[in-house]
Amino acid sequence: MKNLALHILDIVQNSISADASLIKIRIEEHIPEDCLKLVIEDNGKGMEKEFLMRVADPYTTTRTSRKVGMGLALLKQNAEQAEGGLQVSSEPGKGTKVEAIFRHSHIDRPALGDIVGVIVLLAAGSPNCDFYYVHQKDGKSYIFDTREIKNILDDIPISDTRIRLSMRELIYENLKEIHVL
Amino acid sequence: MSKIKTLADLKKMKSDLQSKVELRERADHPDSYVQIKVGMATSGIASGAKEVMDFLIEALEKRNIEAVVTQAGDMGYCYAEPTVEVTKPGEEPIVFGYVDQDKADEIIEKYIRKGELVDGIIPKNYQSIDD
Repeated sequence: MKNLALHILDIVQNSISADASLIKIRIEEHIPEDCLKLVIEDNGKGMEKEFLMRVADPYTTTRTSRKVGMGLALLKQNAEQAEGGLQVSSEPGKGTKVEAIFRHSHIDRPALGDIVGVIVLLAAGSPNCDFYYVHQKDGKSYIFDTREIKNILDDIPISDTRIRLSMRELIYENLKEIHVL
Repeated sequence: MSKIKTLADLKKMKSDLQSKVELRERADHPDSYVQIKVGMATSGIASGAKEVMDFLIEALEKRNIEAVVTQAGDMGYCYAEPTVEVTKPGEEPIVFGYVDQDKADEIIEKYIRKGELVDGIIPKNYQSIDD
């Protein structure tokens, strides 16, 4: 994957396949500690211990169409290349938490990428699932919650193009405010 | 219009939406619109599916074509990513492979608008090697 936003788009598909109704995405940028942390947490069906142990192995997948699944394996590789690592914890019936840590200034750390586009794409593309996105940078933070958005929209679908554009603007302006973009 | 920065701005924007009735109808009758699914599994994302989806949403809006674009999981055609499935109202779905922006543009102009078939269709009866 070229950047963190695409990793998020990819890993979140796992949560959606696991029938999650709420997916939390958290990005923490700690410049003094030179650390970037990405956490994706869902309330989906979770994994058994035996499956969890080999979850980052490319030859592990739940899909039936073929035998390889690269998503977590690629994220793990990218995290390790940037002097970080990947941790996955899960409990059947409760959900799954994926945590990736990178050295912020590492030359091999993937760039943030089009995080605004990805969050909007997820929110609009999976209207039956809620997303809670937190971005923290040096003590400041921004929270985007689709439950709040849907509350405002009433019966207008979140997938409507004009709503997509508005959400894009909303997230972009707020991330700029906390100097993420 | 001023920039949308808070939820209150969004609320105001929403109440300004003139075609609210039309929007509601769209949600109620998805079958009457062109439905497009973009394959968004690891292989799709790595080969540019997100950019293709962004392009499709923008292009369809600009050209005033009523369509619903969503992401789909794995379609099983990894060798041909990015893949896009197009279902025109009352017709069978068709899956196109190797879709970049030029191909997406061709699909909109030729297949969706004029009903002409374009290169890159993945036959429905294709079975992957594992099957």
